[in-house]
Amino acid sequence: MISVHLILFLMFGAIAVAGAVNLLVQRHPINSALSLIAVMAALAGEYLLLGAEFVAAVQVIVYAGAIMVLFVFTIMLLNAGEEERTKGSRVAFLVGIPGMLLGSLLVAWVVLRHSGTEAVAAGGWTESLANVPARAVPGSPETIGPLLFHEFLLPFEITSILILIAIMGAVVLASKPPSSPPLGPGQGVKN
Amino acid sequence: MVPLSYYLALSGILFACGVTGFLIKRNIITIFMSIELMLNGVNLSFVAFAAHWHTLAGQVFVFFVMVVAAAEAAVGLAIIIAVYRTRETLNVDQVNLLKL
Repeated sequence: MISVHLILFLMFGAIAVAGAVNLLVQRHPINSALSLIAVMAALAGEYLLLGAEFVAAVQVIVYAGAIMVLFVFTIMLLNAGEEERTKGSRVAFLVGIPGMLLGSLLVAWVVLRHSGTEAVAAGGWTESLANVPARAVPGSPETIGPLLFHEFLLPFEITSILILIAIMGAVVLASKPPSSPPLGPGQGVKN
Repeated sequence: MVPLSYYLALSGILFACGVTGFLIKRNIITIFMSIELMLNGVNLSFVAFAAHWHTLAGQVFVFFVMVVAAAEAAVGLAIIIAVYRTRETLNVDQVNLLKL
């Protein structure tokens, strides 16, 4: 029997995978950025299906909103054109692709090993992964807030320091280098 | 109800697309976007596991991943602007000062 959940999952999943593949195929960075926004919006739909309402809202606001605006702004600021196709680095092809295949094989093996019907045990991590449906848990701000501000208070405070450092680093890195007062014609050294 | 393994498969596909983009793309901004795609794939598996094990800790971790991604985007894009200012290119093949 096909449920509405499954249809919605397949729809959002198809949008996400199509956006991810489009990100790889497109040559202009602005097209890649727009397809990445589509991926993030589709993932917000998946979070809603999993019952994580607040995470879905934050995904749209922070990821698709703030971070991608930063990307698009940088693309326009630098006037980025189409990338030229080169052969790429040899190290990436010799080490990266076999490493990626090895890693995905490892993950697939772990997932498949736990998904067999004979591996069903009582609770815990030995419980079969594939046959237990993913049920929704309440993910509203009411339930997340106490967890975030009581149990995870220390990581929360540390991330605030991280954000502060990131702001200062971005300002220092992106600001213009301290330039000497403008020289008159003929005095400047061109490099 | 959708089985957990479907969500994990989608998460793995997105992560693999991110890794592939990181390896084959030559534009430094697109490489950076591939990293964001990988983080999104991991976030999906966090939320799927949180729903599966009936705990909210996974969703809180997604917030931390988002904060780290935001900080990383701010600093990384500032570095990209600085690289463009000195090298006048966005192609990673031409940013090769540290290459042997």
